[in-house]
Amino acid sequence: MSVKGKVFQARHAMGQRVRGTALVASDGFSARYDLDRIKGIFSRPSHQLAGRSYVGKILVVETAKGGVASAWMLHEMNSRGMAPLAFVFNSVNPILAQGAALAHLPMLAGFDEDITKAIPDGAELEIDPARGTITVL
Amino acid sequence: MTAMKLNDEEQDMLAGKLGPVAQQALRHQIMVGEFFGAEDFVPVTQAHIMADTESLGEAGVQWLEGLAANREGRTGVCIPTITDPRGTDFAKAAYLGQTSSMIELERRAIDAFVKLGVTMTDTCINYQTVQAPIRNEHVAFGDTGVVIYSNSVCGAYSNFEGGPSALSAGLTGRTPRYGFHLAEQRRATVHVRTDFTPQTLNDWGALGAVVGRIAGNYWAVPVIEGIEGAPRSDQLKHFGAAMASFGSIALFHMVGVTPEADRLADIAPAGLPSHRVGRDEVKALQASYHKDGKVDVVVFSAPQLSLYELRDLAALCDNRRFSVPLLAVTSPQVKPDSDRMGYTARIENAGGIVLSGMCFYQSYAREIAEAKGWKRLVTNSAKLVNILGGYGYQPMLGSMEACVDAAVSGRME
Repeated sequence: MSVKGKVFQARHAMGQRVRGTALVASDGFSARYDLDRIKGIFSRPSHQLAGRSYVGKILVVETAKGGVASAWMLHEMNSRGMAPLAFVFNSVNPILAQGAALAHLPMLAGFDEDITKAIPDGAELEIDPARGTITVL
Repeated sequence: MTAMKLNDEEQDMLAGKLGPVAQQALRHQIMVGEFFGAEDFVPVTQAHIMADTESLGEAGVQWLEGLAANREGRTGVCIPTITDPRGTDFAKAAYLGQTSSMIELERRAIDAFVKLGVTMTDTCINYQTVQAPIRNEHVAFGDTGVVIYSNSVCGAYSNFEGGPSALSAGLTGRTPRYGFHLAEQRRATVHVRTDFTPQTLNDWGALGAVVGRIAGNYWAVPVIEGIEGAPRSDQLKHFGAAMASFGSIALFHMVGVTPEADRLADIAPAGLPSHRVGRDEVKALQASYHKDGKVDVVVFSAPQLSLYELRDLAALCDNRRFSVPLLAVTSPQVKPDSDRMGYTARIENAGGIVLSGMCFYQSYAREIAEAKGWKRLVTNSAKLVNILGGYGYQPMLGSMEACVDAAVSGRME
């Protein structure tokens, strides 16, 4: 079943409107624990996205894990052009939201369905934080 | 998103009447607060900033220097604001194989923090060494281990405040009122019954890890029932730090132990999802990291060691000779006492090294691994084994005694 044109509504949102390609996993996200931030890939061997690049992607994942350090790391990653384009979470902890605020990266969280199941990996998306929406293009 | 209600002082701050530093800090806090639906701000009495330079990077240090360069209006923090471990122990940086650029970045970050009026305590055990918060005290603490201990054991109110947000709270004297600043968010959401009361710190950490995995996300609040007696501060330190690391948990209750949970009914609504955890689950978690054979390094860290942990470690080091490096990491408040009591000398006489003001995983652990050729690491910290898997290490979890034995034999059996 095609999801093209479908719109998902988030309860939490911040940042600017962007368009990009989704990188999707039913797994967590921690900038300190899961990534090789220099290479811009997921490095934790047990992570569903191990070995894949997140740079410039709209990352659609389950939740943010651990690591207060992430609050700085998104800003540092973005300064080198090695950050995701935007974040979409089912559930987010304050650290990633604080990090997105510092790095000025768009972030959406909290949906009526499991967003990691609803959006296919590789889908083209438009994120509009002012409306709290994700549109599948 | 609904706009936060601002009082007169906050409106002045946002308008820049207290200067650009407070204005920038408040703007950041409003973005975060409105994201989480905070109605307003709550005054805080202390802030604790996690800001090692591995996380900050050049970009983060430049951001701090930009704030610190400002001379207009309020130029620094307005409440006691302290720091989490640094990225190095300057006295031991060469031993750790840290480069001059790491050290230079660290010095620049410290200079900027000092200009902003921040007190460089460099500790993740401030609740044991600087000043524990009291029940109902609203604070803005960083370091997940500090937050979970302060919320759960002390009964204070804090969210996980990352470095930029904790510094903002120091600069404005407040934080957005959401999450664990709200009484209704502090009710238990999952019940864990156990018939296993750990004795060792690694078992406490492993139990925390198991509970963290069950609870699973920041907004979950586990209540643990069945612990016998009164756990010690170091035991709950490892328990909480591991739970926060494995599950992103910021608050737990322990019936009959923690201040908000004299009785289960005080914090748990009826019909909570319930789980049983026993010795088998705790041992299985530790066994999942176990690999027989050669050990490259033994590390006691995460959280920093208390004076009592160093005392116990020193006793195990007497008349031993290590064949692989053994690192024990503590806070700058504890280190002079450890020196004075002779614990440092007893650990170092056996071939160990006592580090201060850093924490192993916040100190370029990946680069240290490459510089020193360390891969197979033994520790008694469940938090550390969870983190280092992502840093290219093969971590193993054992008791303090087993770790010291491994330092002597160079093997984990």
